[in-house]
Order: sequence, then C-alpha cells, then structure tokens
Amino acid sequence: MKKIVILGAGTGGTIMANKLRKALERDEWSITVVDKDPNHYYQPGFLFIPFGIYNKYDVIKPKASFIPAGVKFIINEIERVEPDKSTVYLTNGQILEYDFLIVSTGTHIKPDETPGLLGREWRKSIFDFYTHEGAVALHHFLKTWEGGDMVINIAELPFKCPVAPLEFAFLADEFFVKKGIREKVNIYYTTPLSGAFTKPKSSKMLGELLKEKNIHIIPDFYLERVDDENKKIISFDGREVKFDLLSVIPVNMGADWVARSGMGDDMNYIATDKYTLRADKWENIFVIGDASNIPTSKAGSVAHFSSDVVFENLMAAIEERPLIARFDGHSNCYIETGFGKGSLIDFNYETEPLPGTYPLPGIGPFGLLSNTRINHYGKVMFRWIYWHLLLKGRELPLESQMTMAGKEF
Amino acid sequence: MAQKVYAGKTISVTDDGYLTDPNQWTKDIAVEIAKEEGIELTDKHFAVIEYIREKTLKGDALTIRTIGKSDVIDTKGFYELFPGAPLKKASRIAGIAKPTSCV
Repeated sequence: MKKIVILGAGTGGTIMANKLRKALERDEWSITVVDKDPNHYYQPGFLFIPFGIYNKYDVIKPKASFIPAGVKFIINEIERVEPDKSTVYLTNGQILEYDFLIVSTGTHIKPDETPGLLGREWRKSIFDFYTHEGAVALHHFLKTWEGGDMVINIAELPFKCPVAPLEFAFLADEFFVKKGIREKVNIYYTTPLSGAFTKPKSSKMLGELLKEKNIHIIPDFYLERVDDENKKIISFDGREVKFDLLSVIPVNMGADWVARSGMGDDMNYIATDKYTLRADKWENIFVIGDASNIPTSKAGSVAHFSSDVVFENLMAAIEERPLIARFDGHSNCYIETGFGKGSLIDFNYETEPLPGTYPLPGIGPFGLLSNTRINHYGKVMFRWIYWHLLLKGRELPLESQMTMAGKEF
Repeated sequence: MAQKVYAGKTISVTDDGYLTDPNQWTKDIAVEIAKEEGIELTDKHFAVIEYIREKTLKGDALTIRTIGKSDVIDTKGFYELFPGAPLKKASRIAGIAKPTSCV
C-alpha cells in the first residue's frame, strides 16, 4: 500500500483529498489528512462578522463533512516533518510515513511578532478580524462604540487576502453611516504599501474609492510597535498614529511545524517552484495555497485555481512522468465596497488586475475593476458555491488559467 | 528602458532608475546613485548593500523584516541608513531589481 499524507484540511487540502480519492485506487493508495482543528472556517466570511452581516455560526462547519469516504482524517497537531525520511511526527506520538506529502497548512496571524500588540488593549480596543474569535470580539465592541479614531493597520507583507482590509474599511464606512455616527468616526488606513493596493491600475481605482468615502490613507507605514498605554501605533521611521479602535492585520507567517522542521524561510513559507508547485528541495512534496512562497496572493482562489496543477503534477510524479502542468499565479478576488456594491479583480504572475468583464468576455455578468451590485451578489453567492462545490473538488464554470479575453488593455 | 552615465560608464536602467543588469554594478556607481537619493554612503551602508546583493543574486526574495532579522542590521537601523523607503532605496543603490511585494 502506498501512502499520501495531506497536512492541513483547509481549502487546498480538502480539495486535494477529494480530487485524489476519486483518481487513485483505494486498494493501492491510502490517503490521510491531518489537521489540528475539527472546524472548517469559511474565512472570507470573517469580514462580515464585525458588522453583524454574518453571525458566528454562519462560517463554521465540521471539517469531517468535507473529507470523502476512504480518506483517514486525524485531528491532531503536527510536531514536525523529517522530509529526508519522508516521515511526519504528530504531537500525540503518532508517526506517519508517506510516499508523497501535500502541504496545505496555510498562513496564520502572529500578533506576538509586534511589541505591544498583545498587551492590555488586545481585544479591548485592538482587534483582528482574521480569526473567528477576533471577528466576534470586534462585533461586540462595535455594538456600543460611539465613535473616535478608527485605525486600520497592515503590519507586514505578504498577508492573507490582500483586499480584505480595504473591504473592511468600506464596510466600516457603511456601518457607521447607517448607525448615524459616521461624522464622529475618523477612519485611517495605514499600510506598508505605497498606495491602496500593489498594482498600479487597481491601486488607483481603490485609492479613489477610499477618498470618495473619506477614508484617510497613510502609505509606507511599516509598524514597529504599539504603545498600548497611550493608544498609538508607531512606525519604524518614527511616525505615530493615535487610535481609539485599532483593527490590525498582524504579521502573517506559515505554520509553526514548518519552523520546527527547518523546512521554511524566515516567514515559515516553503520554497516552492512557482510553476510546478513542487517543493524546491524535495521531489515527493507538493505545496498548495498560502503555505508556499510563490509570488502571488495568499488567497483561497489561488489554492483553488492551483489545485488542478498540483493534482496533474502529483499524478505525473506518481507515474514517473515529467511534471508538465504549469501554474500561472491566477488569483481572483471579490472586493466588497459597501452599500451593496462590489468590485472584482482577476490577475496572475504576469498580468496586473485590468478592467473588463468576467468570466464571460464582453458579457460578464461580473465587471472587473468596476463597482457594481452584481459583483456584490457574486460574493454573497460564493459562500454557497464554496461549501457545496468548491471544497468537494467539483468542476466550476471558471478556468483555472487566467485568460486575457474580456480584459481591456 | 533608459541609459544613464554613472561613474563614467553608460548603464541601462529601468524607468524607475533601477539597474537592469546587476553585473554592471560597481561601488562607484552605488555612490552616485546614492547621491541621487540624498544618501552619503558609509561602510555601514555598504555592509547592508553587499548583504542584499549576495542574498538577491542567490535568488532569495528579501523583505524589510528579513533584513531586520539578519546579523547585518536591525530594522530601525535600516530605516536610519535609507530613510523613508529603505528596501526600495537600498535595492536601487545595490544595483538589483525593484523589490516587488507579492500581493
């Protein structure tokens, strides 16, 4: 019996378990999935919890319901991997040997990387919305908050879902308008980027939206520490921004077991071939989603689009064929812009987000880099698609490779 | 693409002023690019620049955080040497490509 072990049952790991179980004979290949958390979180939904649009139960389902029959699911923390021995060690003493390993343990917030962040104000006036607990705590805070300076901060690049803090700013603006306290709230957007976003066209479009909504952007702000006594954030070049409410995206890093195994870079990301998605150093390890160091967004859509390539190349490796499937870095993000509207961006390693229509050229129904109601409905419908089709590895009417058709350039 | 004369040599640079070929780089060129950025290079600057060149030419992608965690300099010091946008300025002076943030 040959063995595949999948570390992490989030978006990437779950899709791979489903695809592989369908393709591989059960009497020849065993598949084991390991994850420390029994819950599958619909992470794009965390954004909506602070504003009461989703409640805390809307984004959770048991992971086990998405793992197909014939796949062993172990809920336990990973201690370390010894890649040269093709062996995984779990903290409960269990040892798993593998012929092929798929790493899909993602990226996680590390508030302890920034001095002062986890101090007395953590979850009192400082919140993250990248965890379920953080999003729920912020929801409770916002219910009774009467206004003041709300500061949004991105502590480090790269971070998961790079449009989420912008969406947070837009939804917060709407929330305060509807609550009738918008004039009592100043919103500041502090970012280590030189503008609203990275790539020129989308940065311009999103920067203009921020301005329209009276959200003040403070660019090139690289967070050194939080002064929790005086409620200020301080950048490395000595700039200070006062806050009454700080919504922070803490430093993101790969899983701790990657560091314990000595398999990652300084940020615990595993060096991965950006085209084949195989680990640079180990021929029998593939990396899917946020856990790798490939130069594209850390986002569920990337894990989803790259799953076809990981699947093709893993099958090729099993059959000792050359790895010919190539990932193009395709990423696709809905951007909630508030008041029932949304935008959409679609890009890859080579092509920046451009205006146009998606997924059908000239028809849409979604508009790229435009601000429309239908884009918002796309995001709303996506939760259903995620739970019912995407995780199970079913075919979606979307190409995994980015296409230039429908884009204006 | 443009041509510029640094230290008596004609060098091709990008529209943002970054060298297109890191092998054309010399210390004299670095001194002149630094002047354009308003920086007078010291040995400390060169230690950082050489570290950045070595890592980048090896294929590592650098961030302000990874440089700040290195033995060469801490983040605060990096900002003091190359004020404002340390990684962008240091990369330009080091003759390597403009750093891209992978978002």
